[in-house]
Order: sequence, then C-alpha cells, then structure tokens
Amino acid sequence: MPQVTLTVNGQTHTQEVEGRTLLVELLREKLRLTGTHVGCDTSQCGACVVDINGESVKSCTTLAVMANGANVTTIEGLAAADGTLHAMQEAFREYHALQCGFCTPGMVMSAIDLVNKHPNGITEQQIREGLEGNLCRCTGYHNIVRAIAAAADVMHGKRTEIARAAE
Amino acid sequence: MYDFAYHKPGSVADAVKLLADPDAKAISGGHTLLPALKHRLNKPSALVDLSGIAELRGIKRVGNAIVIGALTRHVEVANSAEVAAAIPALAYMASLIGDVQVRNRGTLGGSVANNDPAADYPAAVLGLGATVHTSSRKIAADDFFQGMFTTAMEAGEILTAVEFPIVDKAGYAKMRNPASRYVMAGVFVSKSGGAVRVAVNGAGPCVFRQAAMEAALAANWSPDAVAGIKQSAADLNSDIHGSAEYRAHLVGVMAKRAVAAAG
Repeated sequence: MPQVTLTVNGQTHTQEVEGRTLLVELLREKLRLTGTHVGCDTSQCGACVVDINGESVKSCTTLAVMANGANVTTIEGLAAADGTLHAMQEAFREYHALQCGFCTPGMVMSAIDLVNKHPNGITEQQIREGLEGNLCRCTGYHNIVRAIAAAADVMHGKRTEIARAAE
Repeated sequence: MYDFAYHKPGSVADAVKLLADPDAKAISGGHTLLPALKHRLNKPSALVDLSGIAELRGIKRVGNAIVIGALTRHVEVANSAEVAAAIPALAYMASLIGDVQVRNRGTLGGSVANNDPAADYPAAVLGLGATVHTSSRKIAADDFFQGMFTTAMEAGEILTAVEFPIVDKAGYAKMRNPASRYVMAGVFVSKSGGAVRVAVNGAGPCVFRQAAMEAALAANWSPDAVAGIKQSAADLNSDIHGSAEYRAHLVGVMAKRAVAAAG
C-alpha cells in the first residue's frame, strides 16, 4: 500500500493508505480528527473543506496520496493551544452563524481562506459569492455573512474585538 | 470506489508509458474523475497522477497566443494578469467554473480532455479556435470535441497544453443550474478580423458551433444581430433541470449577453 507523509495541524504523520483512501477518510478515521465532516460526498456541500498549503480544498474529493508532503490545517488546528478561538470561530459564535453546526467546520475553513485572499478588505457581495461552495440548510446564510465580515475586520486589523458591541 | 494502483510519474514520457495500460486513467485535480469513481462508473486498474510533472504547468504568451499548460488550475487562469490582458473573456470564464474549492484543484487539462457537456473550458477552446497540444500531436479545436465525453485523443495520449489565439474580441455568458451550478446553456463568442466563432456548451450532448449566429455576427457584430436567430431544440438535452426548448431559448439569450460582454 502507498505510504503518505503529511503535516496536519503542525504534527507530521506517516500512514499507509489504499490508493482510493480519501483525504477526509485519513483525517477522520485514521487520525481521528472528526471535526471535518462529510455531507454530500459529491464535492458540492463544502462540509469537508480543509486548508492544504494555504488553499481551501474539499477533502472528500482529494485522494490522501495526493496530499503527500502537504501541510494540512483542519478545524481542530485553528484555536490557540490555550483554547482561545480563532477570530473566525469567535465571530461564528458571537453572530449566531450556526444552528445545527454540521456545515460549520467547512464554512469556517472556507471563510478564513476567503478573507486571506482579500487582504485589502472584502465586500458582502464577495463574501456571498465566495461561499458558493458551502451549503447551509439552517441559517439562511445572513448571520454567516455578518460573522465573516466581522472576522475579516479583526483579521485585517480594522477592529480589535469580535463582540457585536464593537460594531 | 474500487481500489487501484497509484503512480506519480515525473515526466510526460513516463506518464505515457504508464497510460499504455488501457485500464489506467490519468488524474490531475480529480474533481471530475473522483466523483465518477465514487459512483463506480469506472474501474481503473491504476491512476496516473500527473500533478508531479512540472513541464505541464504554467501560462505563457507565445507570439499571438496564450499557451496554458494542462495542469494549470482554474484559479491560476482566473487570477492571471497575462490572461486578463490578452484574453479577458478566458480569465472570466475560468473565474466562473464550479466554486472556489473546485477552482483551487480543477485543471484545464482535466476539463478539456473529459469533455463534459456542461463543462466551461470546451466552450472557450472551441469559441476561440484554440489548438490542443497532446503528448504526440496538435489538434485543432474543430476536430477535437467529438461527442459526449469523447474527444479525438486516443488511449495513452496525454493533453499537455492548449494554445489560445489572442483575438480582437471575446465574451462568455452562461446560465447555471441554481443548485448544481452546472451550465444549462453557455455561449462563448469571439471575433478576430472577419472571423467570428460562436460555441455553445451545456445545451447539447457536446459543445458545438452555431453557424447561423456566426454568419449574422460576421455581418453585424452586435447583440441585436443574434436576437432574431432561433436555435433548434432538435438535438439539445432534455432533463429534470430543463427541456430542450428551454435550453434552445437560453442559447439565444446567452449569445446576446456574450456579444454584449465582448463589446
């Protein structure tokens, strides 16, 4: 069986996998990082989004062997060691950007990539278009968009706190 | 998904050798092939991962053309200043493919070689009159796309690059299914001197040229010129997303929008 070595959330792992093993299967079933979800399994819903080498990718449509040598970040890798949430996680909590929470890990991972790709600021329209690959069946998206806008302001240094009172 | 052997060659020559096995398949971004494998629509003996072949990457201007390597991802074409300056409609087309994550992985070579009726790239390749480069030859766009999921490429042949001529004007417009985001009907138009091309994707089983619209636009390059031309519904797709008649109507609307976008 092929061998894969990859760095996940700063930790290097070497695993034997079948050629057909998906990256999301490696993450969830071998590394037990179950924060990355499988929703549609057809690369449409985005619940499985992780970061590979600085880009958001659907891990249900990526072979584990194709991530050999890659640097992967999952939802578990965002918070600081002391438990302090990433600004995007904090914003999702503060703005009530989730209901059932199933899509949330993928939403947060896509949102961080989206904000990072717009270093000079991001409009509501750009946020909505940038979430094209992430489906949410509960929220109606409005609070997700508000949360991302608030987190973007913090990530870009335009405001210091996620708290809604800071608006 | 059935299991398969996995190979990652470092050169086109090695990949061609591995793909001599008729049951082996090439993979790059995997965003079309992997969903098909999950449905067990295919049972390849081996996947030959082309992503380690550096010579298949990149965008360069060669004379009066933009040559894009097969492994170049949609996000790279969408964000390329060189493509935007030479053929803005091509960068725009790439920016509309799938979603952000699909564009981060999907490649030009995969889209063109697969020839999905609803894929975007075939419209740009045919609409610009591009030339497809393979591991053994060069194929004109008019000869390349032969039917649903069928191209002129033979087993073991690898798409290496596509050469897009820089034209005077080009535009692309498509109507997407609001749920799947696949193209219901799209039109890519271009004008180079007196030569006009109109390529239609999404509507039929394979991308095709719309001769009546080409003649009308050659005489009068304006959205009004195509307004009166009816696309026949005879050979178009009918499915739960839309009837052939609806798609035929969309072709006319998208053609007008594409010409307007081209300016």
